This record gives sequence, C-alpha cells and structure tokens, in this order.
Amino acid sequence: MYSKWFDEYHKKDTNIEINYQSIGSGGGIKQVTEGTVDFGASDGPMNDDQLKAFQDKHGFAILHFPTVLGAVVPTYNIPGVTTDLNFTPEALSGIFLGKITKWNDPAIAGANKGVNLPGNDIVVVHRSDGSGTSYIWTDYLSKISDEWKSKVGKGASVNWPVGLGGKGNEGVAGLVKQTANAVGYVELIYAIQNKMPYGTVKNSSGAFIKADLAGVTAAAAGAAKNMPDDFRVSITDAPGKAAYPISSFTWLLIPAKFSDGAKRDALKGFVKWMLADGQNYAESLSYAKLPKEVVAKEVKALDGIQ
Amino acid sequence: MSTASTTLPSAGPVVGSRSFLRRLREGDEIVRLITFLFAASVVLITLLLVFELWQGSVLARHKFGFAFFATRVWDPNAGEFGALPFIFGTVVTSAVSLLIAVPLGIGAAIFLAELAPARVSDTLEFFIDLLAAVPSVIYGLLGFLFVVPLMRDFIQPRLKDSLGFLPFFKGPAYGIGFLTAGIVLAIMVIPYIISVSREVLLSVPRDQREAALALGSTRWESTWKVVVPFARTGIMGSIFLALARALGETMAVTMVIGNTPSISASLFSPGYSIAAVIANEFTEATGDLYPQALIELGLVLFLLTFILNGLARILILATSQRGSGMGNA
Repeated sequence: MYSKWFDEYHKKDTNIEINYQSIGSGGGIKQVTEGTVDFGASDGPMNDDQLKAFQDKHGFAILHFPTVLGAVVPTYNIPGVTTDLNFTPEALSGIFLGKITKWNDPAIAGANKGVNLPGNDIVVVHRSDGSGTSYIWTDYLSKISDEWKSKVGKGASVNWPVGLGGKGNEGVAGLVKQTANAVGYVELIYAIQNKMPYGTVKNSSGAFIKADLAGVTAAAAGAAKNMPDDFRVSITDAPGKAAYPISSFTWLLIPAKFSDGAKRDALKGFVKWMLADGQNYAESLSYAKLPKEVVAKEVKALDGIQ
Repeated sequence: MSTASTTLPSAGPVVGSRSFLRRLREGDEIVRLITFLFAASVVLITLLLVFELWQGSVLARHKFGFAFFATRVWDPNAGEFGALPFIFGTVVTSAVSLLIAVPLGIGAAIFLAELAPARVSDTLEFFIDLLAAVPSVIYGLLGFLFVVPLMRDFIQPRLKDSLGFLPFFKGPAYGIGFLTAGIVLAIMVIPYIISVSREVLLSVPRDQREAALALGSTRWESTWKVVVPFARTGIMGSIFLALARALGETMAVTMVIGNTPSISASLFSPGYSIAAVIANEFTEATGDLYPQALIELGLVLFLLTFILNGLARILILATSQRGSGMGNA
C-alpha cells in the first residue's frame, strides 16, 4: 500500500521522494524512536511504554495517523463442506484455545444449521512470523474471550495454546489448503486476491458478517464516534450492525516536531494528499477507505505538527 | 593457514631495517603480511560475532541466567523466554538429517570415485555441484509442496502401521514436523557430503589400491578397508560441513517444521528450531527483553555449533586411532 502511495505522490510532485523500507514493526518503531528515520508505519499502535520512551528521548510526542483499514478472516478446509461457515466468537476462541477440537462441536454446528460438519479433529494453523495480522487476530480474541486475554493476550507473536505455525499469509494458506480439517486466519486482501474461501464472523450486534471492504469501513465508522485524540484505537469487535468485527487501522507514526521545516511541510503535504486523493487507491488494492469522520479529525490533527 | 612456516630459513624476528627492506623488496614479507591479515580476519569476525551476541543479550542473560537453557516456555506477552524447545528441535532435525545423509552421501561418493566410469562420475558431479548451489528457499518449497504431502499421505501412515509401537512414530500425521524437516535437511546436505568425499576418495594414491589388490583383496575390500580409511579425515570434514549447514538452516526448516515450540519423542510432532524462530520473530519483536532473548538464542546456536563440532572432532580422533590400528593388523 505504502509503496503505491509513495510512487503516486512522487509522480505528482517530483521534488519529493520518500524512501520506504519494509522492515517490520519491531525495527520500525525502534528506528522511529532512535530518530534514524523521519517517520514510520505500523499495523499495531505503539504502546504506552514505547510512547514514553520516545517522549523521554526527544522531548516531544510521536503521533499516530490512521491511513487505511485492513481485516483478518478465518479460512478453512473441510472436505465436503463448500458453503461459507458461520463463526461465533465463542467458536473461534474455543478452537484457538484448543477447547473445541471437533468440527461437529455444538458451538460450531449451532451456527451452521444444515451444513454436514464431520466429526474430525480440527487442525489449527496460525502465523509463525511476528505480524500485524496475528496482532489483529489476537486483539480480537482478547476482546471476546476473557480466558484468551488472561492466558495468551495480544501481540505480533504470542504463545499459541495449539496449532501449527505457517510463515506468512502464504504459509498459513498453504498449510490450510494442504491439510484436511484445518482452520487458520489470513489477511482479507490475501484471501480476496487468492480467491480463498473464508467464513463469516458474528459481530457485536449478533449479525454474521462476511468480510468485505464496506464492512471494514463500517467497523471504523462505528468506532469513529469514540475516536480518542491520539487515534490509537482498536476497532476489533466494533459496534454497528454492518461492522466486520476483525478489522483494524494501520497507522503512520509521525513526530510532533521537526527541526527541518522543509521536511515537515513535505510530509504534511503527503499526508494531506493521502487522506484525500490517496484514499482512492486503497480499494483497488483491497484495503478499505477511512470513514469521513476520521479523515476530518486527522486533517485537524495534522496542523498540530510543528 | 601456516604461512609462517615457509621454507625461508631466516624467518625469525627481523633484526635490522635493512634486511627487512631487502626482504620487503622480494615481496615475501608483503605476501606474508597480507595472507596473515586474511587468516586473522576469520578470527576477528568470529570474536566480533560473539562479542555482539554477548552484548546484545545482556538483559536477557541477567534475567534468565542458566534457566534459559532449561525453560520450555516461550511467551513474548508474559516476558517468559526459554530456549529448550528450540535447542531440542535444532539438535533433533540435524541428527535425523545426518542419519539419513551420511550413509547415502558416502555410499554415493564411493560409487562415483571407485566404481563408476570417469565420464559418468564427472557428469554426476556436475549435477551434484548444481544441487549444492540451489538456494535453500527452493528446497523449502520442494519440501512444502512435495515432501509434506508425501509424508502425510504415504510415509507417515505406513511408518505408523509398521513401527508405530516405537515412541518416535506416534501422533497425528500432519506431514510437517521433525522428521520432515530432517529429511529436507538431508536432501540439502547430501550434495556437500558426496562432493567433498568424492574429491577426497579420488585423491587417495593409486598405489594404495594396487597394493591391496595385489595382496588378493577384492575390489570392495580394497575400497572399504584401504581407500576409505585413508580418506577418513576428509570424509569427516564433509560431515562437519553438512552438520554446520543443518544446524544453521533457516528458511527450508521453517517451511516444513510446523513452528511450534514443543518437545516430543515423536518425530511426527511439529517443532521449532533456533534459526527458524529468530528469522520468524525478530522483525516484529518490540520492547527490550524480547529482541534480546532472540539474540541470546543466536548465542546459544553459536555455542551449540561449537560444542557439536568439538564432540565430532573427539569422535574422529577416537575412531582414527582405532582405524589406524586396524590398518596395521
């Protein structure tokens, strides 16, 4: 997503070139904190300790700016089952905690009347590499299951109670495709691009939602009303009838003060463009646009950068 | 690297600047100095590596101490880190791979060096060198797309039926796990063993073979009792190379091992290796302790390589003494 934006923006204003390296959130946050890069991007927001570390080092804050929205979907491979499965929060947490071990468990079958689920053992597949996808997935499971929250928690890598690890979206997808009776999770964009089957998830209003870009934006809109001023908000399990519950913002991490005025203005110019014209590129790459309320709030916050 | 022991009789300490300049003009001293620097750089890089790993893991080392080696939990959220499942996975997969690769590799090398016609031997050598140069991600793909389904659908069910009473072949057949990782590693290291062992076997002097044959040995006796013992040190060297590659292999292992930090007697069980977990988690490791624990794992891998190499060397020393005794008899 970011490479596309930086390319397009460079075409528009050839004076500005943004050098983007994809190195992962761990290294990204470290480099931003150390000041070796001008700004960063992350799938998970920085936590309070990391914010404090930045503040202590530089004397001013680091700000979060939501850019687009992504979602994570459950995907599965059950021989004989071709319809979309419905997943309740209880079913998902139970499967990933290792408490629901058979496909015909009442917690799954109850939400899938008329589907002939086999009594086979469920093979759970998760990401082995640290990833924003795992962060969103475990953030969701932490919200809907107290047991998950206390036993496992959320993070780019966690101590998984059960299952096999696949490297990357392609590793998880490959294991699920190969292994009968497997269930895993992948980014929505990956599932769409590779035409993988994925299930619906029951949201906080009780509706089963099949993830699509509109549902993701709806989740963001549901959360936008209570958007905190620092934009660090999780929109998993968001309110709203049409909201897809396993959605998330991704953020740019921008320091509140720049010593180089030209750099500051260039970056502000880019973020303004990204919030307006840039949003139109999101959907062609299977990411969801930001809701209008969030964009308005960000434009205001952008003025705060000195 | 014993450049100091050249044939120069006066290679002692330099007495006068005049004689130094004269020798400098001859170039020997320059060559000596340059090659010494090359040799020293190996030691320097090793020391730098250990130093960096040691410095980079200071927090984790102080927090966990030796318990790091014995702890089975790896929980980034709780800040609990233990190396045991990763050490286990690294050792088990490497052992499985050598168990398969050593007999196959040495057998193939004996055929190529002793029995095959030169044309066949050279042609095959070309393919073996090609295999040795294939990037490991390609072997990983081969493992994931070919070996894993083969294991799951054919080999593991059959092993379970025939040898299922052993603790090594129990549990569900996912296709991935210790055994599959060991097999993929074996495929990767066999070319090294064949290529180096074949060269060593070919360099055994012709007289040795002829003498054995003249004493009435069969072809096989001359190969097995004379040529192979003669080349033993070189063959062991090829096994070291294979072991080093197996211990440190990252990409191919992570694609087929299942990436689950578990310790199990069953080779069907999914596991994890040190190199794989570092590659998987380092980029997204935030905070202070978590990345340091991963760096400490790197230190552990270094140590493990060091210890296993040492053990292997002792083993060779022991067998070579027995071997030469046999040769004398």
